[in-house]
Amino acid sequence: MAKPLKLERAHPLGDQNFGAPGISITSVRGGYRCSLRVAQSDISAVSNALGVDLPQAPKTSARSANRVAMWLGPDEWLIYDSKANPIDDLKNINALCSAVDVSHRNTAIEAKGPLAAEVINAGCPQDLSLEVFPVGACSRTILGKAEIVLYRAKADTFHIECWRSFAPYVFELLRTAARDQSALAVR
Amino acid sequence: MLLIHCPYCAEERPETEFAHAGEAHIERSTQMGELTDEGFANFFFYRDNTKGITYERWRHIHGCGRFFNAARDTVSDKFLVTYKAGEPKPDLSEIDNQTKAGAKS
Amino acid sequence: MNAPVSIQPNRIPGKGRLSAADPLRFTFDGKTLPALKGDTVASALIANDIHLVGRSFKYHRPRGIVSAGSEEPNALLGIQRDVARHTPNIRATVQEVYDGLEATSQNRWPSLKYDIGEINDIASPLLSAGFYYKTFMWPRKAWDKVYEPFIRKAAGLGKAPVHKDPDHYSSQHEHCDVLILGGGIAGLSAALAAAKNGARVIICDEQATFGGALHFDSDVTVDGMDGFSWAQKVTAELAAMDNARVLLRTTAFGYYAQNYVALIERVTEHLSAPRADLPRERLWEVRAKKVIIATGSIERHMVFANNDRPGILLASAARTYLNHYGVGVGKNVGVYTANDSAYAAAFDLKEAGINIPAIVDVRDNPNEELLAKASALGIRVLTGHGVMAAGGKLRVSSMSVAPVNGGANEVIAVDSIIMSGGWTPSVHMFSQSRGKVTYDADKSRFVPGVYAQDCVSIGACNGTDNLSATIDEAIAAGEDAARAVRHNAKQSATAINATGGEAWEGTLIGAAPGAEAGKVVKAFVDFQNDVTAKDIRLAVQEGFHSIEHVKRFTTNGMATDQGKLSNMHGLAIAAEALGKDLPEVGLTTFRAPYTPVTFGALVSHSKGTLFEPTRKTPMHDSEVAIGAVFEDVGSWKRAWYYPKTGEDMHAAVNRECKTARTNVGMFDASTLGKIEVVGPDAAEFLNLIYTNPFLKLGVGKLRYGIMCREDGFIYDDGVVARIAEDRFHVTTTTGGAPRVLNMMEDYLQTEFPHMKVWLTSTSEQWAVIAVQGPKSRDIVSPFVEGIDLSTEALPHMSMAEGTICGVPTRLMRMSFTGEMGFEINVPADYGRAVWDTLYQAVEEAGGCAYGTEAMHVLRAEKGYIIVGQDTDGTVTPYDAGLGWAVGKKKTDFVGIRGLKRPDLVAEGRRQLVGLKSVDGRSVLEEGAQIVDDPNQPMPMKMIGWVSSSYWSGNAQKPIAMALIEDGFNLMGKKLYVPMANEVIEVEVCKAVFVDEEGGRLHG
Repeated sequence: MAKPLKLERAHPLGDQNFGAPGISITSVRGGYRCSLRVAQSDISAVSNALGVDLPQAPKTSARSANRVAMWLGPDEWLIYDSKANPIDDLKNINALCSAVDVSHRNTAIEAKGPLAAEVINAGCPQDLSLEVFPVGACSRTILGKAEIVLYRAKADTFHIECWRSFAPYVFELLRTAARDQSALAVR
Repeated sequence: MLLIHCPYCAEERPETEFAHAGEAHIERSTQMGELTDEGFANFFFYRDNTKGITYERWRHIHGCGRFFNAARDTVSDKFLVTYKAGEPKPDLSEIDNQTKAGAKS
Repeated sequence: MNAPVSIQPNRIPGKGRLSAADPLRFTFDGKTLPALKGDTVASALIANDIHLVGRSFKYHRPRGIVSAGSEEPNALLGIQRDVARHTPNIRATVQEVYDGLEATSQNRWPSLKYDIGEINDIASPLLSAGFYYKTFMWPRKAWDKVYEPFIRKAAGLGKAPVHKDPDHYSSQHEHCDVLILGGGIAGLSAALAAAKNGARVIICDEQATFGGALHFDSDVTVDGMDGFSWAQKVTAELAAMDNARVLLRTTAFGYYAQNYVALIERVTEHLSAPRADLPRERLWEVRAKKVIIATGSIERHMVFANNDRPGILLASAARTYLNHYGVGVGKNVGVYTANDSAYAAAFDLKEAGINIPAIVDVRDNPNEELLAKASALGIRVLTGHGVMAAGGKLRVSSMSVAPVNGGANEVIAVDSIIMSGGWTPSVHMFSQSRGKVTYDADKSRFVPGVYAQDCVSIGACNGTDNLSATIDEAIAAGEDAARAVRHNAKQSATAINATGGEAWEGTLIGAAPGAEAGKVVKAFVDFQNDVTAKDIRLAVQEGFHSIEHVKRFTTNGMATDQGKLSNMHGLAIAAEALGKDLPEVGLTTFRAPYTPVTFGALVSHSKGTLFEPTRKTPMHDSEVAIGAVFEDVGSWKRAWYYPKTGEDMHAAVNRECKTARTNVGMFDASTLGKIEVVGPDAAEFLNLIYTNPFLKLGVGKLRYGIMCREDGFIYDDGVVARIAEDRFHVTTTTGGAPRVLNMMEDYLQTEFPHMKVWLTSTSEQWAVIAVQGPKSRDIVSPFVEGIDLSTEALPHMSMAEGTICGVPTRLMRMSFTGEMGFEINVPADYGRAVWDTLYQAVEEAGGCAYGTEAMHVLRAEKGYIIVGQDTDGTVTPYDAGLGWAVGKKKTDFVGIRGLKRPDLVAEGRRQLVGLKSVDGRSVLEEGAQIVDDPNQPMPMKMIGWVSSSYWSGNAQKPIAMALIEDGFNLMGKKLYVPMANEVIEVEVCKAVFVDEEGGRLHG
C-alpha cells in the first residue's frame, strides 16, 4: 500500500535574495514551464489551446495573464506560467508539436531596478538597451559560463531562466555584479 | 569576440553564443551503407582547409539553436555572409565588392 | 597631515592647478613626503626634488622620471596600500597620490643610491644585445641549475606580491554608437558633436582629468577660456547628457575585431580609504558601431650619451609638471631639442623664475619668432649644437655641448635637462585595429593609412598638427559618426573656436650628434630594456635585417611601455645601419595591451565559486548529511562513497558493493543526460542515430543503445525508453549529455530535416534514484501507486508511469549493477524529498546508499562498459563485445559505413576482455600497458592496456577490463603488466566476474 505523502516542491535556490541601491536580485519560487516545439502549420491550433498567440518574430514574446510565450527559435517557444502548468492545456491536443514539461528543469531569478540591465551585462554580451532589447524582448543567451533565457518583463525588470544546477552560479554572479554596480553607481 | 549574423534571429549576436561546426556543404549520402572507401574518405576525412573564403557551419547553440552556414574569409577572419541550412552557396562576387568598398583608404 | 607646501622645494606658488589647501602625505622608500591632492607620485617626488627613483633593468643604472604620462619607461615603483596590496612596476607618472600611499624603488640592493648590481654597468661590454642568447647556450644542463636562477635573480624589476589579492574586480559588456578614445581637445570636440546629434557616446581617457595636451599647453584658448578649463566644462556637459558616458582613469588597452574595444577603469587606485564594496578596477568590454581614435601624440627623447641620467626628461613633461602640478623640474634647466615644443617649455619655465642656461638646438635655423622670444627672455640659444654627453650620475649635473659639425666642448652646469626629438603620433590603437600605417616623409612619422575597421583617427594621432584643423576634423568625425548611426536624429551643429597651439616643427629620429655609429657611448633608445643605439647597430651587424628580428634580438620596444618612446628611434638607427629608407624597414606591429593590465581585472568575477558553475543534484544536501565524499565529474559534484565512522574509502566501497548485491543500495543517478524525443518520426530517427534497431521497441519497453560517429567508433551509450508511440525518454552518459544532444540536433536539422521529430533536454527535469539489489522491490513498492512492480507486469527493461510518494514518476525497471533494480525518475524539485523517504526505508532494511566508486565496481563485476573509460574514441561496438547491439538488417544508421572500413573489420583489433591477476591479489593500475613477453628487449611491444580495474569484494579478487589485440581469441592466455617495481602476471578471461548467467537481474 502506498503511504500517503504530501511533498512540497523544493526550490533550488531556496529563498535567496539580494538588494542594494538600484537593484534587487530575487529567486522566483515555483512556476511552470513547457518547452514547446510546433510545426508551422499548427501554430494557431497550439496558440488557441494555450490561450496565448505564439509570437513568430525573433526575440519577441506574447503575454496573457500569468502566461508568457517566449520565442526561442523558429519553431521553439518557452512557455512560462506562474500559476498553472501549461502542459495541462496541451495534453490532448491533436497538433504536430512537442510539448515537454520542464517546470523543474529550469528555475527563475528576477533582477529588478534601474541598474538591472547593467548588472546582467556583467555576464551577458547582448545589448540590453531599451532600443535593442525592449520590454517584452526575450532571448536565449549566456550569462558568464551559464546559458540563460532572458525576458524583459518591464523596463527595469528581467526574468532570468536557467537550468536548476546552474542556478547557484547564476545567482551568485548576479549578486556579485549587483554589489559592484550598485557601489559604482553611488560613488 | 566576433559578431555573427544569425540568419534565423535576423541580427548580429556575440560569438560566445555560437559554436563552430566544421565545413559546410558536405552532404551525407542517402545510400550511406553503399559508399566506396574513397567516397567515405571524402565525406568523413578530407577537408579543404581553405586559405581565403571558406564555407562553414555554425550553430547558434546558446541562442535559437539553429545550425546555419557562413562564408568567412580565413585571412581577414571576416564573415562575408551567413545563410540558412539547406540554402545553396551564395554568390559572393557582389558581397565581396561591398566589403571592399566598406574599407576606407 | 598638515605638511606646509614650503617644504616641497620645487613647488612653485601660484603655478599649477592643485590647491595648497589639500595636502597629503606619502612615503618613498620609507621617508614621509608631502604632496597635494591631484599629484601623481611623479609630480610629488619632483616637487620634493627627487628625480632618482629606480635602477635600470640590465645595467642597474640610476634612473629618473622621463615623462608625465603612461608612456613612462623608467619610473616604475612598487606601490603599497597595505601588506596585502602591493603592486610592482607601477608608473609613478600615472599613480595618483593618496594619503598614506607607500612607494618603493625597485631593482636595487642594498639601496637606491648604492646598488651592487651597478657592476653590470661597468661590465656592460659583456652584456651587449643578444648576450643571453650567446652566453647561456651550453652546456644544456647548466640552464636550469645555474643560468636561469642567476638571470632571474639579477634581472627583473619589481617583486610579485606574496599575498592573495584581497580586492575584487568588476567587468561588464557595454554597447554604444560612438566610442571615443582620448579626452583631449580632439576627443572632447568629437564627443560633443556626436552626443548632440543623438548618438550613444562613450568617451574615455586614461588620466584623472580630461584635457590631454591641454594639461600642459597653456597657450590654448577655447571659446574664450583657457583650454584646460574648457575641457572641464565640456566634460561636465557630456556627463549631464543621458546619451553620453564619461569615463575617467580609463585606458582603452585592446582593440579587437568588429569594434570590440577593451577598457580598464581604475576605480579605487587614487582613493585613500576606498569603500569595501567598490571594485578596484572595472573592465569594460565595449562594442561600438563607430570608434573615433583621438589618442594624441607622444614626445620623443633625444638619443645622446648618458641621456638616462635622473633629471633628464621630456620637454612636454616639464611643462606638465609646471603648468598642471605647479612643480619645477629643477632650478637650472638645460634644454636639448630638435623641435619647437621645447622652446615653449623653456619659456614657461623661465617665466616661472627657473634659470634656463641654454637651449641647445641641433637645427641650424630654427623658427625666427622662437629665437626672438628666447632673446627677449634672455635665454641663450645654441643652434647647430648638440649635447655630446650629460654629466652626473645619481642626478644630471652638467651638459657637454659642442657644435654638430665639430668643435670645442663647452660644459654647462644644470640640474635638469629637458628634451624634445619631436612627436610620434599614437597609432597604437589604430594599429591594433589592424589598420595599416603610412609614412609621412615630410615629418618623419607614421600616420594612419588604410583602415581595417569602422573607425577614424583625428587630431595629433592622425598627424593633424594645427589646432583649428584638429577641431574641424573632430567635429566632422563626431557628426558623421552620429549621423551614420542615427539617421533620424535631429541634427545639431557644434562650433568651437580656439586660438593658440601653434604647430611645432622639427624632428630628429635616431641617434643625436655625438652618439653616431662608431661612438662608444651609452645613448639609450629603450630605457626600460636598457637598449642603446650601439645595441641596435650591433644587431644589424650580426645579420638581423628585419625590424621584427632586430626588435627581438635587442628587445627594443618589448618592455611594458611597448616602445612608446623608443620604437621610432630604434627603427631609424636600424634603417641607417642597413642603408635603407625608414619606411622600407617598416614599423613593428602594436599589440594589446596598450599599457599593462592587471590579471585581477581580466579575471574579474571568474574566480572562486564563479570560476565555473559547480553543478549539484537535487539530493546533494541529503548526501552531505549522510556523510558522502564527493568527486568532480565534469562540472558535477557526485557522491563518490559514503564512509561510516572509521571506514576508509576501500572499506566503504566494499561494504556498499556487498550491500547492493545482498540487500539493497540506492544511488543518485540524476546527472545522467536525458533527452525527450517527440514526434511521429521519433522511432525512425532513433533508428538512424543508434546502431540498435528501434522501430519495434514496444511502448513501456527499454533498450540499451549504442551510438557511433560516422567513423564507426562508439560515441555514447544509454538506455532508451519508449513512453508512447511518438515519445521516447533517452538517457546519455553524464559527460555526454551536451554533445549527444548537439549531434542529434545536427542530424535532425541538417541531414534529416524532413523528419517530424523534436528534441528537448530533460536532464535536469528529472531527479533519478537508482534502487538496486534483491530487496529493491520491497523498498520501492510501498511508496508507489498506479504501477504493478511484479516481474510479470514490469519485467527487466520495462517502464511505467505512476506516482511515488504522491508525485509523478517514470519508473524504470533496469540495472547497471546486475541486480534487480529500479531507476526512479521524479520531477527534480521533489527529488530530495523522495530520496529522503526511500533512504529511510533502505536504512531500516539494512541497506545503504552507494556512490560512484561502488557503481563503477558493480558494473565492472558485470563487464558493463563506461564510454570514455573502456572506450577511447577508437573502439567499435564489435571491439567492445557489443556487436549484438548493431542492427544487422538496418540499411542506414550513423556509423554504418564507418564500421565497414578495412581497418575496422581487420583481424587483431584491440578487443575488450577481462583480466584476472594470477596472484589473486594485485589490483592493476588503470592505464597500465600489457605485453605478451616480459623478457623481450626494450622497447617492448605493447599489445593493450588496462581500462578498468578494482578490488571486487563480491568476487573476493581483483578484477579488470582491458583492450587487448585480438583479445577475444586469447581467453585463458597469460599476459604481463610490467610496472615500475614488478611484473604482474594476468590471465585473459571474459569480462564478467559475478553472476555470469545474469539470473539476478530478474529478481
